[in-house]
Amino acid sequence: MEAFLSNIDRVVDGFSWTVRLTLFSAFFSFVLGVVLTAMRVSPVPLLRTLSTVYVEGIRNSPLTLVLLFCGLGLNSAMGLSLADSVAWDVFWWAVIGLSAYTSCFVSESLRAGINTIPVGQVEAARSLGLTFTQNLRLIVIPQALRTVVGPLGSVLIALIKNTTVASVAGLGVQEASRQMKLMFDQGIAPVLPTFVGFAIGFLILTLPTGYFFGWLAKRVAVVR
Amino acid sequence: MRARRSTKIIGSVAALAMAAALTACSGDSDTIRIGVKYDQPGLGLDEGGTPVGFDVDVATYIAEHLGYTEDQIEWSEAASANRESFLQQGTVDMILATYSITDERREVVDFAGPYYVAQQDILTAADDTDIESPEDLDGKVLCSASGSRSANNIVDDMGIGAELREAGNYSECLELLSNGTVAAVTTDNTILAGFAAQNPGNYRMTNNPFGEEQYGVGLPKGSTERCEEINEAITQMWDDGSAAQFLEDAFGETDFAYEESTPELAPCA
Amino acid sequence: MSAQAVLFDVPGPKARARNRIYSVLSLLLIASGLAAIYLGFNRTLVMVSSPGDLTNTAIWAVNPSGQWAADRWAPFIDPSTWTNYVLPGLMNTLTAALIASVLAVIFGLVFGIGRLSDHWWIRIPAGAVVEFFRGIPLLMLIFFTMAIPIVMNQVFGLPPAQFQVTALAAVVTGLTLYNGSVLAEVFRAGINAVPKGQTEAAQSIGMTKTQTMWTILIPQAVTSMMPAIVAQLVVLLKDSALGYIIAFPELLRNFTLVATRENNVIPAAIVCAIIYIVINLSLSRLAIWLERRNARRGKPSAKATAAGGAPVAVNGAAATPTGDEAAGAAPSEPRNEPLPDTEERDGRDDDGTDGDGSQKS
Repeated sequence: MEAFLSNIDRVVDGFSWTVRLTLFSAFFSFVLGVVLTAMRVSPVPLLRTLSTVYVEGIRNSPLTLVLLFCGLGLNSAMGLSLADSVAWDVFWWAVIGLSAYTSCFVSESLRAGINTIPVGQVEAARSLGLTFTQNLRLIVIPQALRTVVGPLGSVLIALIKNTTVASVAGLGVQEASRQMKLMFDQGIAPVLPTFVGFAIGFLILTLPTGYFFGWLAKRVAVVR
Repeated sequence: MRARRSTKIIGSVAALAMAAALTACSGDSDTIRIGVKYDQPGLGLDEGGTPVGFDVDVATYIAEHLGYTEDQIEWSEAASANRESFLQQGTVDMILATYSITDERREVVDFAGPYYVAQQDILTAADDTDIESPEDLDGKVLCSASGSRSANNIVDDMGIGAELREAGNYSECLELLSNGTVAAVTTDNTILAGFAAQNPGNYRMTNNPFGEEQYGVGLPKGSTERCEEINEAITQMWDDGSAAQFLEDAFGETDFAYEESTPELAPCA
Repeated sequence: MSAQAVLFDVPGPKARARNRIYSVLSLLLIASGLAAIYLGFNRTLVMVSSPGDLTNTAIWAVNPSGQWAADRWAPFIDPSTWTNYVLPGLMNTLTAALIASVLAVIFGLVFGIGRLSDHWWIRIPAGAVVEFFRGIPLLMLIFFTMAIPIVMNQVFGLPPAQFQVTALAAVVTGLTLYNGSVLAEVFRAGINAVPKGQTEAAQSIGMTKTQTMWTILIPQAVTSMMPAIVAQLVVLLKDSALGYIIAFPELLRNFTLVATRENNVIPAAIVCAIIYIVINLSLSRLAIWLERRNARRGKPSAKATAAGGAPVAVNGAAATPTGDEAAGAAPSEPRNEPLPDTEERDGRDDDGTDGDGSQKS
C-alpha cells in the first residue's frame, strides 16, 4: 500500500482527467439530449427521422468505435484540432465522443419521461393556445425532467465509468484507468492495492452520485 | 416443477460453455506448433489464415532444420501478452514473435538465438526532412502504442521534450502519421520497416538507431537440447545467406538499413 | 401518452409551410455536414479556402490518398476478408457474449436473490458485491483479471506466470461480474414487483420460502423482466468490444487486423460499426417484441430502475417511464393512470434506458 500511496499524485492526476471528462461530457450530452428529444417529438417529420436515426445508430455502436471515429477520423483524418497541446486536443475529442454517445441515452430517458405525462396536460395546454415550443418548454419538459431524474442519474454513473474508454481508441487520454494500467505494467506498485485504490476512487465518484439522484428523484417526484 | 428444470438447463449450458472455453487444442506429434505475430507487417502478418514475414521465414527455416516440412507447421497467433503462457501451457512448441531476450523472461522461458538484433529507430513522413535523430523530436508530437515503452525511452530516459500521443497499436500510429497528426513514430526498426514496406515511398526511416532488442526463439523452460539445435540452425541460416534473403524479401522495398552480420548467439541455459 | 400525436395540433396551411421551411433548412444542414465529412475524409477540405472553391469539380473527385479511395474499401468486397477475419471475429464476439450472458444471468440470480434474503449475513455481503462491481468500470475489471497472475506472484509468492489468464477468460470475467451485478438488480426489482398476494397465497397453502421463491416469484419475475434482461444482454454484447484492448480476437480486434494489413483504419471502423449496429438493433427489436408480447398477454413488464447506489429509493417513484411503442400495443389502458403504481400495474416499459444506466462502449 505504501508504494501505491507514494504515487498518489499519479492517481489524483488520473482522476482529475476522469472528473473533467465527466463534467464536460455530462453538460454537453444533457444539452444535446434535450435537443434530440425535442426533434424526436417535433411536428417536422424530417427532424423526427433524423433524431431517430442518430439515436438508434450511435446507441447501438460500441463506444470504442464512436471514440475511434472521433480520434482517428474527425481529429486525425480530417485534421481538426481543438487545442494546441496534445493532451487537451484529445481531451476535447473525447468529450465530443462521449457526449455524442451519452446524449442518445439522455434522449431515450427524456422521451420515456415525456411518455409518462398524462395526455390531459398537453391537451389542456393546447386548448389554451400554446404552440409546440411553448408546450414543450412550459409543460412537457419540466414535468418530464422530474420523472426521469432517477434514470438520468444512472446515465451519469454510466458516463463516469465510460470515461475509461477514452484512454484507448486512438485518443489516449491519461485518465484514471490508464494510470492504473501503467502502474500495473511498469511495476510501480503492487497490483492488488493499486486496483483497490482505483476502485475506491471510482466508488467515491459513483456511489454518492447514485444516492444523490435516488434522493433527488424521490424529492422531485410528481405525485399524481 | 418447470422452474427447476429451467435452472438445470441453465446450469448445463454454463457447464458446456465453460468446457468449451477451457478446452485447449492439442496438436499431433508429427507437427510443430509455432507462435508468431499476426499483426506485424514484414515480421508476422496474417494473410488469410497463414502468416507471412521475416519471423515466419526464420521459423520455417528452423523447423526444416529440426526435421519438419512446411506442411507440418501449425501456426498460431502469439500476441505480446500471451507469449509466456503459450509456452508454459504447451499451446505452442516455440515462439518467434519479435520476442526480445530479457533476464526477466529468462526466468520463465528459455531462449535460443538471438536470430536478429533489432534497434529502436524513428519513422517519419517521406517529405519530412527535419527529423534525423531523437534530439530533433523536441517540441514535436510522437506517437506511442499503448503498452510500449519505446516512446518513454525518448521522452523520459533521454529527456527529450516531445509530446506523446497514445494510440492503441502501431497501425493506428501510422494512420496518425499519414494524416500529419503526429510527426514521428518510434519503436523497433524492424517493425517500422514492416509498416514502411506496406506503403513504399510514403515514409522515411531515420536509420539512426539506438538501443538494442535481441529477438530470440522462445522455448518452454528446460529445452536446452532443442535450443542448441536451433542455434545451429540460426548460424547456418546466416552462413548460407538465407537470413539476408529473408530480410531482403521483407524489407527490400524500404530504405531500412538492416543488420547484415551474424548476431552473437547466447549460450543455451 | 403517444407524444407525437398530441404535442401539437394537426398542422394547418401556415404550419405546413413553416414545417417545409424547417425541413429544407435541416436538409441543407445535413447535406453540408455530409459534404464536410466527405471532403474532410477525402483529404481535400484543406484545399478549400473560400466557398467558391466548392464549385470546382476537382475538389469533389475521389482523392486516391483519401479515405474514399476504392482500394481502401476493396478488401470488404473480397470474400476472404469475411471468411478469414470478420466471421471468426464475429464467432469470438458471440462466444464471449454467450458465455458471459449465461454466467451473468446465474450471477444475477444468485446475488439478486441473495440481496432479498432474510438473513443479514447473506443480504449484506451480496449487496456489497453487487454495489462494488456496479460501481467500477468494466475496463478496470478486465485489466485486473489479466493481472491476476501478477497478484498471485505478489501476494502468494507463486512463481511468475505459472498461472495464466487468457484474453477470453478476462473478457468473460469482466462482462460477467459487471453485467451480472446489473442483472442482480433487475431480478431483485422484478421479484419485488410481483404482487404481494402471490407470496401470501403461496404461504397460505403451506409453501416454504424456497418453494415460493423458485416456483412462484422467480418465474413471474423473469417473464416480466425479460425486456430489461435482453436490453442488458445488448449492453453485454456491445461491451465485449472492449476485448480488443487486450488482443482478444473478437470482431473489433479482427477489424483492426484488417486495417493493419490493408492500411484502411477508417473504412474498417465504418464497416465494423455497421455490423455492430445491425446485430444490436435486431436484439433491441427482440426486446421490444418480447415486451409487446407481455403487454398483449396482460403480463406486466416490470422495470429495474436503479440510480447507481440507491436502487430502492427510486422504485415506484420516478422509476418507470413508459415507452410509446408498448403504449401503442395497449390502447385501452387509461392514459391518466397514476404514476406511482407503474411498477406493478403498468404493462409497459421504456425501451430506452437500461435500467441501471449501464450502457457502455
